[in-house]
Amino acid sequence: MIELRNLHKSFGDKEVLRGISTTLEPGKCNLIIGQSGSGKTVLMKNIVGLFTPTSGEILYDGRDFVRMSKRERAQLRREMGMIFQSAALFDSLSVLENVMFPLDMFSTDNYKDRVRRAMYCLERVNLKEAAQKFPGEISGGMQKRAAIARAIALNPTYLFCDEPNSGLDPKTSLVIDELIYGITQEFGTTTVMNTHDMNSVMGIGQHIIYIHKGEAAWEGTKDEVMNSDNERLNSFIFASDLFKKIRDNQ
Amino acid sequence: MFPFNYLQPLGQYLILMGRTFSRPERMRMFLKQYIREMQVLGTDSIAIVLLISFFIGAVICIQIKLNIQSPWMPGWTSGYVTREIMLLEFSSSIMCLILSGKVGSNIASEIGTMRVTQQIDALEIMGVNPASYVILPKIVGLITMMPILVTFATVSGILGAYATSYLLGIITPADLTEGLQHDFEPWFFWMGVVKSFFFAFIISSVSSYYGYRVEGGSQEVGKASTDAVVACSMLILFSDVFLTQLLSDL
Repeated sequence: MIELRNLHKSFGDKEVLRGISTTLEPGKCNLIIGQSGSGKTVLMKNIVGLFTPTSGEILYDGRDFVRMSKRERAQLRREMGMIFQSAALFDSLSVLENVMFPLDMFSTDNYKDRVRRAMYCLERVNLKEAAQKFPGEISGGMQKRAAIARAIALNPTYLFCDEPNSGLDPKTSLVIDELIYGITQEFGTTTVMNTHDMNSVMGIGQHIIYIHKGEAAWEGTKDEVMNSDNERLNSFIFASDLFKKIRDNQ
Repeated sequence: MFPFNYLQPLGQYLILMGRTFSRPERMRMFLKQYIREMQVLGTDSIAIVLLISFFIGAVICIQIKLNIQSPWMPGWTSGYVTREIMLLEFSSSIMCLILSGKVGSNIASEIGTMRVTQQIDALEIMGVNPASYVILPKIVGLITMMPILVTFATVSGILGAYATSYLLGIITPADLTEGLQHDFEPWFFWMGVVKSFFFAFIISSVSSYYGYRVEGGSQEVGKASTDAVVACSMLILFSDVFLTQLLSDL
């Protein structure tokens, strides 16, 4: 479980996050949604420690991430897995080597066991056949799946996904969503996903947080999101004609 | 203000070096990267070093013969001057200036691309010290390979001088050999080697700094690459003056 308490982040005079408080629940897909520039990415970067909040607390199962020492932070980071918008695979390593990277760095298993674990992760994302290929030789969807395999290699407690469906076709997006959902259920991870893909929201949104101008403007589930009376949320959700029609037909 | 404009990058550079020279998380991963960098930065530069040095050695020999040598001067003058130039300045300082273009831009663009494609962030989130994992093997690898490149440059330059002797008949091989052996001071060779350690450190660390601080996209990576080469060239030229003075007094 990750708790955010009154989180603020400013860049100079510009306040991007304005006192966000929420709880990201374990074993669930926690989706952070909002318009571009609303502060989603800044929030995610604060949670994973790429930015330091101006004030507020981030508690990982009670452990204060902001105030812990560098050593404790490095230790906690080994419990995290992250899937970036750009996949962020290492170009110079093959897909198998990419998945093995966290194992090579932190696992005490022997080489055979590390390869076995990496191959299991690749099999889990249905990418075993591309193990020896390099990131530049595979499609965007395959890169995202490889990034998921790398993120789960060390059995993370916390899984972060920054717009994992951006740039993917709807069918591949669905595959990625199902994978993330399946992994969350299987391993009981606290999954936090930044997205503005409404298919993801309606498909796997077990806990949705709507960010508007740096504030958590609404929280709920995918079942509640369609019937909310929050005007800001509705203007975001029903921005497209398709979703307006779905709402009108309900 | 003038001095403060330079103090901030200097401080950032020193902080980055502080992070770089920390104990690697896994020695086997460091060694793997170290061997890769020796190949990419060193072995892959051998051909260009041999080619440039060969022709510069040949041209120096021809120019000295045509412009300086007269009946009043001993026949070995061309060989002597060629050796001194190759040993004292070309094989270390000028060759490192040339390599700052090839190797420096390679390092800055590689790290810059890793930064903009979030590979550096991925390392950070995994709990790996990115500076130590990415930069340290480059610095140590180039420092290991540079004296070898300097030695190759010296030998190749002298072979170039012999080529003018045997192929063009500019100078007799006996005169050239006498010039090359005349009043030989072994310390001059070691001076070049010692200087190359410093230049290798400048090229690898300064280029890494420019690559590491990239923010934005491909345009910024290109700019970082150019800035890195300019900064490395300036620093090599300045430090060459001090090192030459310092080492000549020993």
